[in-house]
Amino acid sequence: MGVGSRLREFRRSMGPTIRELRFSISRIKKSPLSIMGLAIIAFYACLALLAPVLAPPVPPPMGKDDPFMMWKDINIPARERVIPHPPSSVHPFGTTEGSYDIFYGCIWGTITAFRVGFLVVVGSLAIGLFIGSIAGYYGGIIDEIIMRFTDIIFAFPALILAMALIVALGRNLDNVMLALVLVGWPGYTRVIRGEILRVRSEDYVEAAKAVGCSDLRIIVKHVMPNSIYAILIMASLDIGAIVLYAAALSFLGLGAPTGYSDWGQLIAMSRNYIYANISSPMKYWYVYTIPGIFIFTFVLGWNLLGDAFRDILDPTMRRR
Amino acid sequence: MSNLVEIQGLVLRFYTYEGVVKALEGVKLNLIDGETLGVVGETGCGKTMTALSILDLIPPPGKIESGQIFFKGKEKTIDLLEQKEAFLRGIRGKDISMIFQEPGSALNPVYTVEEQISEVFMLHRREELTVAAIEAIERDAESARGGLRSFIYGIQRRIYRKMLKNPRSLSLRFLSRIPVVNRYKRRLRKEAKKESINILRQMEIPDPERVADMYPHELSGGMQQRVVIAMALACNPTLLIADEPTTSLDVTVQAQILDLIKKLKETFKSSIIYITHDLGVVAETCDRVAVMYAGNVVEVADVIEIFKNPLHPYTKGLIESIPRPGKDFKSIKGTVPSLINPPPGCRFNPRCPKAMEKCSNVKPETIEVKKKHFVSCHLY
Amino acid sequence: MGTLLETVRLRKYYPIKGGVFKRKVSDVKAVDEVSVNIAKGECFGLVGESGCGKTTYGKTIIRLLKPTSGHIYFDVPSDAREKIAELEKSSHGSRKLKKIRKQYDLTMFGGRKLKPLRKRMQIVYQDPSKSLDPRQLVKNIVEEPLKVQGLGKGAERRERVLEILGKVGLTERSLYRYPHEFSGGQRQRIAIARALAPNPEFVVLDEPTSAVDVSVRAQLLNLFQELRKDMGLTYLFISHDLSVVECISDRVAVMYVGKLVELAPTIEIFKKPLHPYSIALMSSIPIPDPTAKRNRIILKGDVPSPVNPPPGCRFNPRCHMAIDLCRKEEPELKEVSKGHFVACHLVKG
Repeated sequence: MGVGSRLREFRRSMGPTIRELRFSISRIKKSPLSIMGLAIIAFYACLALLAPVLAPPVPPPMGKDDPFMMWKDINIPARERVIPHPPSSVHPFGTTEGSYDIFYGCIWGTITAFRVGFLVVVGSLAIGLFIGSIAGYYGGIIDEIIMRFTDIIFAFPALILAMALIVALGRNLDNVMLALVLVGWPGYTRVIRGEILRVRSEDYVEAAKAVGCSDLRIIVKHVMPNSIYAILIMASLDIGAIVLYAAALSFLGLGAPTGYSDWGQLIAMSRNYIYANISSPMKYWYVYTIPGIFIFTFVLGWNLLGDAFRDILDPTMRRR
Repeated sequence: MSNLVEIQGLVLRFYTYEGVVKALEGVKLNLIDGETLGVVGETGCGKTMTALSILDLIPPPGKIESGQIFFKGKEKTIDLLEQKEAFLRGIRGKDISMIFQEPGSALNPVYTVEEQISEVFMLHRREELTVAAIEAIERDAESARGGLRSFIYGIQRRIYRKMLKNPRSLSLRFLSRIPVVNRYKRRLRKEAKKESINILRQMEIPDPERVADMYPHELSGGMQQRVVIAMALACNPTLLIADEPTTSLDVTVQAQILDLIKKLKETFKSSIIYITHDLGVVAETCDRVAVMYAGNVVEVADVIEIFKNPLHPYTKGLIESIPRPGKDFKSIKGTVPSLINPPPGCRFNPRCPKAMEKCSNVKPETIEVKKKHFVSCHLY
Repeated sequence: MGTLLETVRLRKYYPIKGGVFKRKVSDVKAVDEVSVNIAKGECFGLVGESGCGKTTYGKTIIRLLKPTSGHIYFDVPSDAREKIAELEKSSHGSRKLKKIRKQYDLTMFGGRKLKPLRKRMQIVYQDPSKSLDPRQLVKNIVEEPLKVQGLGKGAERRERVLEILGKVGLTERSLYRYPHEFSGGQRQRIAIARALAPNPEFVVLDEPTSAVDVSVRAQLLNLFQELRKDMGLTYLFISHDLSVVECISDRVAVMYVGKLVELAPTIEIFKKPLHPYSIALMSSIPIPDPTAKRNRIILKGDVPSPVNPPPGCRFNPRCHMAIDLCRKEEPELKEVSKGHFVACHLVKG
């Protein structure tokens, strides 16, 4: 076959995919909440990409070599460094305890949030996909064992189990991610197993067997593409939840090292200043409110996006 | 013989992503009092939608654009499309009932058979149940002897009398919310249960007391469909719409149900609109037949006439495509058109063996070719 | 015409597990001792109502389901079959029996031995919207059997796909489309194309026209006849629609609750059915002629469940001619006239 006809073939084979895509986009356009979710996440993505421009890393002695570590303002006299300072031209969002710049922390914290969210979700998803497919497709005793194992993990409250794991593994951000993956994979396993059980009994899977397909081929080519949507929806809703967990763990002091740009860290550092004094209780509002808003809107964005995915990808609702 | 239902110029459109689906394009149909009218057609021809329009149960994104549906009530004839939802709710289940195709999906799996039939009675026949309950209270009060029991019966009697007079009174609504006191409603349910078992017996269901306490999934398809028919006939409706009631059943069960429907028609004296795609069933059960294609009624005639002398090419094609042993299978070439872009003029013209130039331009009118035999085709 | 496929006393039971330890409590006797001979090139009709086991039978003979017991012979010479029958009757020689069964009997085949057979036996399902993968293009759906069986390379496969789509009446434009973009009748054609792509000899048609419209039904039936002549196929046509079976099959078998009750050439069984159930079945077909007389036999009661079939003849509770013997002993399938088999105590040869 010549190059020209190959190209034509390719364009034709993409035809239906493009049609489906157009349909999905039109569904998104109809729902204002989906657009809002999409906008929020797009905004944060821009923040993350433009971080070096918006909050340029400050060289030592104020900052450290790692751009993720927030810089301290040593221009503030030593005595006053402990208390937070309100927003000013130098510090757009103010400083927190120890005179770390909040603005810098929030912007670079966006990258951390994306990183933690994606890595944990991708990790849990990969494990869940693998184990869940085996449990769902083969059933029987293998399924039973795997399910009992996930039951054991489910028996513990997620956050507490994660804390125990971090204490055992050591206190740093990578271990936070590892702990969250270890706590999170059973959820994905369950969902994928359920989907596979549903798809396994469909006629077209049996028809594939009648044609002589091997088990592996059936799983990869028939079962997976039809069950993937439930997982995609769960994953997008989960990213927000993971960021919240990571923030909670940082707040408890089990996360990133002190001074790391992480929203949870910032809130942890604001612990002593939530209530200032009787005359002006909200004096240091900027220390917890601003990182809080970041966390809140980030999680909201992913939740809305997850809902949007579910609405447009749910096969039962798809066919009008 | 007057018309029980008259549908004039019904236009129904569905507004979907792919475009506007012109589901019904000026449907004109009438049902004579006491007859069984068969509506025949294939998937997508609009027969189910016509039936749902009568009850105004069209799912969104559908909208009835224009038309009238006249229904002969006890006193006067009303246009169903002009009525408010509250009024229609009073009619649905009581004067006009519908039976659907899949009895398994028409029954709620978490309620027993008796609970579902009683629901119909409680909604529409409340007065009669209340009267029956009062009679039962009187009987109990006579046989009771002392103090507490008579006292309770006395109160129940007062409550029920009040229900008879003013069912929506404030005090009753208040009482029905108090946990222990509202046990008085049990009597009503008991009467409803008696009626339900009665009607199950009329459906020729063996051992109706036992069946009444069963859940739908414990019954076979034929039994489920009998339960659905019982629900539909519970309030003795004037019009019964049956939407392919036997399509999902086995052929011997279908024979049982068709036999049952014939018997019930004698007892309940309802008029029936019978929607199906099976010409054999039509020949068995219907008095008149209307053939629909792609949102239009193309032919209406008596059942014997339409089989002996089909006029519209589509009707002829349908009758010829019935498999006959020893002969070749004759089919109608082509497929049902998309209703988003239906063919102009007569919608059957691309598949019609006798299509003329005029057919693709002008939509044919309905003409009475012979006595009571209407066709919508340019050939006549 | 030789026998292409034979089943001898085929059984498919589904165990019912109950109790705390999930022990086997009883069986759903879906297919119970069905012995049938399908000749090469014939269209064999199998009728019965829902739950009688006809679909289970169809799926078991092409080994989509594992049979509980019995023999399935696909294109096995008659002397081998006779040998096995002989060895079974005599109690010794069990090792020899096992060896010869492993070679010919489909019930003993494992996954690897079955794979090459898969291209010779295929199945078309009832509902095309469920039997086609909604996430695959038509091109991939029809090409899959060729890929899996290793028939031909890229360009050859493509040609074959186009050829077979042409045979079922679809054009090249349908290659790059999803199944949901087609109508019911066209989807069924795609399913037929998939089944015929590897050029099989035997096709199980499981109620292929039940889910489509009446006018499309005739088109599909014509297509089946054409393809049978063109490609030399043998069909097992499973249906509950008796009028269709009457027109397309050469012989018809009637099943009731897992058992074969009557087997005869089509003309005979429709004109003069002998088993009481067949009689009731034939009489309940609605006749599309309002003036015809109807002699309907309305059966009372429901179809019994295959878990607890009634003792003796399974039809006896509903049979209007049942005698005492029917409640005690199960009748055997006997040949009462040439080619006409009935399982009933009241029908003598």
